[in-house]
Amino acid sequence: MNVMWKKMKKTTKSNMITFGMVILAYAVIQAMVMTGNISSLFKGLLVPVCTYVILAISLNLVVGILGELSLGHAGFMCVGAFASAFFSKCMQGVIASDGLRFFLALLIGAAAAGIFGILIGIPVLRLKGDYLAIVTLAFGEIIKNVINVMFIGKDANGFHFSTKDVISLNMEPDGVVLVNGPQGITGTPKDSTFTIGVILILITLIIIINLVNSRSGRAIMAIRDNRIAAESIGINITKYKLMAFSISAAMAGCAGVLYAHNLSSLTATPKNFGYNMSIMILVFVVLGGIGNIRGSIIAAVILTLLPELLRGLSDYRMLIYAIVLIVMMLFNWAPKAIEWREKYLGRLKHRKKTTKEA
Amino acid sequence: MKKMKKFLSLALAAAMTAGVFAGCGEEKTTGSDNSAQSSSSDSGSSEGTLKIGCMGPLTGDNAAYGEAVNNGAQLAVEEINAEGGINGMQVEFKCEDDEADAEKAVNAYNSLKDWGMQMVMGAVTSGACTAVSAETANDHMFQITPSGTSMDCVAPYDNVFRLCFSDPAQGTKSAEYIASKGLATKIAVIYDSSDTYSSGIYQSFAAEAKNQGLEIVAAEAFTADNKTDFSVQLQKAKDSGAELVFLPIYYQQASAILQQADKMGFAPQWFGCDGMDGILGVDGFDTSLAEGLMLLTPFATDASDEKTQNFNKAYEEEFGIEPIQFAADAYDAIYAIKLAAEDAGLTADMDPSEMCDKMMESMLNINLDGLTGVDGITWDASGEPNKAPKGVKIENGAYVSMD
Repeated sequence: MNVMWKKMKKTTKSNMITFGMVILAYAVIQAMVMTGNISSLFKGLLVPVCTYVILAISLNLVVGILGELSLGHAGFMCVGAFASAFFSKCMQGVIASDGLRFFLALLIGAAAAGIFGILIGIPVLRLKGDYLAIVTLAFGEIIKNVINVMFIGKDANGFHFSTKDVISLNMEPDGVVLVNGPQGITGTPKDSTFTIGVILILITLIIIINLVNSRSGRAIMAIRDNRIAAESIGINITKYKLMAFSISAAMAGCAGVLYAHNLSSLTATPKNFGYNMSIMILVFVVLGGIGNIRGSIIAAVILTLLPELLRGLSDYRMLIYAIVLIVMMLFNWAPKAIEWREKYLGRLKHRKKTTKEA
Repeated sequence: MKKMKKFLSLALAAAMTAGVFAGCGEEKTTGSDNSAQSSSSDSGSSEGTLKIGCMGPLTGDNAAYGEAVNNGAQLAVEEINAEGGINGMQVEFKCEDDEADAEKAVNAYNSLKDWGMQMVMGAVTSGACTAVSAETANDHMFQITPSGTSMDCVAPYDNVFRLCFSDPAQGTKSAEYIASKGLATKIAVIYDSSDTYSSGIYQSFAAEAKNQGLEIVAAEAFTADNKTDFSVQLQKAKDSGAELVFLPIYYQQASAILQQADKMGFAPQWFGCDGMDGILGVDGFDTSLAEGLMLLTPFATDASDEKTQNFNKAYEEEFGIEPIQFAADAYDAIYAIKLAAEDAGLTADMDPSEMCDKMMESMLNINLDGLTGVDGITWDASGEPNKAPKGVKIENGAYVSMD
């Protein structure tokens, strides 16, 4: 076993650690749930944590691996959430099995967000740097506002659509409003579970890690490191950029599906699908380390749990949260902090080594 | 360097996990004593306590509503505890922040469950309330919302009750009121299409207006991102020849609309809903512009009855500000819980699910003489309150009853 571990390639080792970490966390928490040793708050947070972890991993593909700043990630999550919630709402009672319905909802959410990723990506990815960031930001806001004026109803004659109000749907009296403008979709079945969330995290990890270590992944990273050089050796820039962007969007869509099926009310507010959320996801990525998948998982978990664990501080909660965020950022990334860590923690490690040898 | 990072991330993860576990344990053990802020646990502790939880926006854009609910409920709880509690049980009340967000509201609900909450007085905003209702229905815990107006908060669940009017009830009653008083036949509506409260009222108003023979000549929307300049909407309302403009919006935007209409020389009749309550208190607003404004509201701070006056006085003494309708709603909701709990004969040793069963029956028996229902409030099995709205008009800078 030990020999195998030593023989393994460095990247494989690192990936094994990432997978092991997720599976171990899952096993520990599942054991706690089984034995009832878990608070309601923490139990309720399990699915949201999975959602944010998937979002952080998927954004890391665009920001870390592709090297483009995207501020519209919550927009893709929003598309996935609404597409899948709409599907589940229509199919409630039609598809008997909850599991099958949720599986289809996941596929639809991911596909819808992926398609939007391609549609947005074609014009947007021609831009670079700040321009790209601003356009993606605008896109996220557009998605949110379009959903807020959508009214969809269903009656005996089929679907009705309007962008004005419920009355202009002109439905029969037995009609049901499925998407009610700013009131969104209510009564989505609660299908998301922690197990499904963890399975989705693992799938996301497999996809990203395989992509990064493949020919396509190396092409994507070549574009990040030097666009002109990559172009000169014949890499199709648009194709690979679009690939990374749409895969990332589809994964954000998956996270949206998980989010939508965890709550009975789904509304597109600035808080959950606006730029606030996009920036929040970006914070996960930056804190965890741009391009570092394992880091973004840890950062997403910590930053989702932190405000909830600080509930006891009531009004000072948000202040403390902000301070903790700044301190963590400094500790992780300030050059002086890195120097300090190397000096002191490095000595600690060195001592360990010497005692081992002795 | 890479190893260092690895070590650090591992250490952080370990610290966090430890924090989480410690957090859980701590909450379970100390949860019951650190929350005694609102209860005077020195008396009647032998009979046990009743823990009521609330989730509302204490931070963020809608903090005013959450704070008002929290304050109103605190006031009622203090009064009840001073008089010996409910069936001898002292009441403990705790409000958790939900930032008016559905996901945060569920987190707040779960954290209150860890505290030992036995029934819910919340949530404050509609979207959050809909999410919490699904959770309480799942856990079978009694819930009464003071101010969640959307139908989806209450209608699908039999354990959830409402104290305020629902959106459809407000819209329908407004249309009925306008038609029965013969105020106007040509009506323009200006509403916030990005707000659930406003668009909900508008939809039911438009549906009922058709039945009442009222003509909606203009329906103009604005959104939360664009709520300072209303000249386009007002111009369209003016051009359409409307005699009355219906404003199912909150008072902050309404005050801006009245100011801008005055500059344009547009002076129709104005009609609002309960969100309009508070318009006379807007900073820098010339209250003479609100002269003649009619609104349908269950509560007016300037009402002259003794109960409202006492409430206002106590509220101002305690919190230093004038109460708004949300505070009155919460105050009434706590008293509704008291009445029903007394009717049901609740005791502290019952579990929340057993309490819920009894409360659901007793809610149908009670008649609450509250701040927000002049002739008493009763409930039916749908969870909706039966109470008469007050039509009030602003005259000489004060609310005057129109009935």
